[in-house]
Amino acid sequence: MKEYFTQLYIGAKSLLVGLGVTFRALLHPAVTVHYPREKLTISPNFHGHTLLVKDSETGTHRCIVCMQCDLNCPSNCITVVGEKREGSKGKTLTAYHLDFTKCSLCGICVEVCPTQALDFSDEYELAGFSREEFHYNLLKRLEEG
Amino acid sequence: MTTNNGNEKRQGFYLNMGPQHPSTHGVLRVLLEMDGEYVLEAEPVLGYGHRIQEKMGESRPWKGFMPNTSRLDYVGALICTHGYIGLIERMTGIEAPLRAEYIRVITSELNRISSHLLWLGAFLLDLGAFTPIMYTFDDREQILDILEDVTGSRLTYCYFRVGGVNRDIDATFIAKTRAFIERLRSRFRIYHDLVTTNIIFIKRVQDIVHLTPDMAMRYGITGPLLRSTGVGYDIRKSEPYSVYADFDFEVPVGTSGDCLEVYLVRLEEMEQSLRIIEQALDRLPDGPHLAKTPKKLPLPQGDASFSVEAARGEFTYYLVSDGSEVPYRLKIRSPCFSNLSILPELCRDMLLSDLVMVLGTLDLVIPEIDR
Repeated sequence: MKEYFTQLYIGAKSLLVGLGVTFRALLHPAVTVHYPREKLTISPNFHGHTLLVKDSETGTHRCIVCMQCDLNCPSNCITVVGEKREGSKGKTLTAYHLDFTKCSLCGICVEVCPTQALDFSDEYELAGFSREEFHYNLLKRLEEG
Repeated sequence: MTTNNGNEKRQGFYLNMGPQHPSTHGVLRVLLEMDGEYVLEAEPVLGYGHRIQEKMGESRPWKGFMPNTSRLDYVGALICTHGYIGLIERMTGIEAPLRAEYIRVITSELNRISSHLLWLGAFLLDLGAFTPIMYTFDDREQILDILEDVTGSRLTYCYFRVGGVNRDIDATFIAKTRAFIERLRSRFRIYHDLVTTNIIFIKRVQDIVHLTPDMAMRYGITGPLLRSTGVGYDIRKSEPYSVYADFDFEVPVGTSGDCLEVYLVRLEEMEQSLRIIEQALDRLPDGPHLAKTPKKLPLPQGDASFSVEAARGEFTYYLVSDGSEVPYRLKIRSPCFSNLSILPELCRDMLLSDLVMVLGTLDLVIPEIDR
């Protein structure tokens, strides 16, 4: 009989201690961020989809169409298109297609690039109604700013 | 269906638990042979999330499989990647600088804690306690923020490279990690008050099933589940990889293989991980974070394997190479597959609500089983 009441006491006390934890949480500031009304600042190191970097000196990208990113991509989601133009050495970039539906953000393209022409964006709000919305032309994006 | 129970014949029925059941934590289907509320037989059915990962590893240069490794066990992605990178380094003979090894250990252990925190919240949610997951997710979010800052991702990290890590850690990372260690230590008291001593939790979890060491070894069970039976088998101690041999930490073991002990072992493991991180931060050596590696790196002919202690148990990669960059065969041994295989024997003649509890204790990540 005594055992029964001891158990009852211990049990009831444990529940009250637990309730105490919940009650104390009431006095702490809220942790939840009310997205999208509130937004957190994203770390500058965040990996969004890749971008062509704008060179501050030339005002344009640094891509030399060496195709390293295209060849090294494990998901085959990059297609680099370049053409030979009169008066310039090597090829000139005409389109940089990134199929973001396939990209797994491993960053191999950014690492193999010999001219550091690629970087990650901090874009995280990605939603679309069609597959084509995620077929980016990075060159066009760069030119449009 | 009728079953013989003495002379009396009972009417039973089949019940499908999953593949879309919240407490199976993914697309696992458990086919249950029921008698009233009692489970006579539980048969796990797999294959709903199969992505031919092993074949993918055999059809592209080894470098291309790196992002895939973090999609196997996405809750402890860094540790999975650690195994694959370790395997390639073992095959090619490339050594990572000491600083990189330390960074690997720190981030891996942070990832282990985040995995255990997720388990803790989800497990208690399975039992019907909604509050603890709010606290664990708050803590887990801090880890994700720390790891996001250095790896760039929040869940499926592709951070480790052959010969080091992708990005060096800085003073902010160290300060944030130290602050987190302090914070989590104070939070353990909350978990203790809220969960460990809670009478409802104890009554739900204690003395339901007892996993024996013999049974665990028959099924090849590893990780906290095995350690709860009293077998102190941890790859970090028994076959130390990376720089784990340099740290002073204990492997928590239980005695009876009770579900409550699995819980206690996991909680203690988080504490031990904090200890490892603390020591690694104190002794973090200077130097480069990435060794120079050749651009083309074919795998030498032969085979090799590499095991790591993932959050759920022993994670092994086995690779056979024919001398090219593309592996000839890549075999992945994931802990959850073995851990799940015990379910039919463990859950015979058990209440359905207890089966949910045991499933939660196993800490299954289904995409790791269905690779």
